[in-house]
Amino acid sequence: MDINLVLLILMMISTLWTVMCRSLIKATIGLAVTSAILTAIMFRLNSALAAVFELSVCTGLITVVFVSTISLTKPLTHKEIEELSKARHKRFGYLPIVIALAAAAIYFLKIPNDFSDSSSMAIRSQGIPEDVCIVLWNFRKLDLFAQIMLIIAGSLGVATLFEERKIDEW
Amino acid sequence: MSGENWQSFLTFAFFIALMFVSGFYCLLITRNMLRIIIALELLIKAVTLLVIAVGFYTGMVGLSQSLVITIIVIEVAIVAVAGGIALRVFRYNDNLDVRRLRNLRG
Repeated sequence: MDINLVLLILMMISTLWTVMCRSLIKATIGLAVTSAILTAIMFRLNSALAAVFELSVCTGLITVVFVSTISLTKPLTHKEIEELSKARHKRFGYLPIVIALAAAAIYFLKIPNDFSDSSSMAIRSQGIPEDVCIVLWNFRKLDLFAQIMLIIAGSLGVATLFEERKIDEW
Repeated sequence: MSGENWQSFLTFAFFIALMFVSGFYCLLITRNMLRIIIALELLIKAVTLLVIAVGFYTGMVGLSQSLVITIIVIEVAIVAVAGGIALRVFRYNDNLDVRRLRNLRG
């Protein structure tokens, strides 16, 4: 039997396990297994770089985030909620000003300023190359910029998760 | 695409469709926020595999990989932020039932 077919069947079994399992932790483990099998399929389909991303980020980081979220879901008292709210306002009160200043800096300094037609011109002149690094750097600069923003958003989300634990420890 | 490649791609497409349906089923039947995020993850994984398979069979592996890397980054941001929101909802409602979110109406 073809290895790809075996991997696809295994992935389907782990997907069904994820969907049907009652326990959230077990469902999360099923999701991680699905992700690991997807990584193997990606390697088989000559997409090594994407496979490494999938393995490190989806199988590792996302599982950690899920397990942390599940383990942190225990109730707080009303007093703790009020303290949490006050501490958050005190801590992040300056954030709108920082965002406004950053937006003004990006607008007035014209950062980034070379996204306009570079990718379409490059596609016309060179075609689409095989090397993923060249594709990312020459054709998808705007995506890279957006990805940096997304990673910052994700890290803020993770910071929110772990801040809860700090408040719990008061 | 040759006949053999087309057959191979159809095998992938069948399993991708099954995975997508499983994720969608999970999304529809559950009321738990964390399980909804898991269902979204399954849907994203199905799309990721579709992009990789199409890139492989059309010979545009570089482009498909760059798209998948973008998808993975978006996926991580979604999970991190949705996890934070789920935690916050749990703090205020004492459970993760999405029907309780109606209480947030102003």
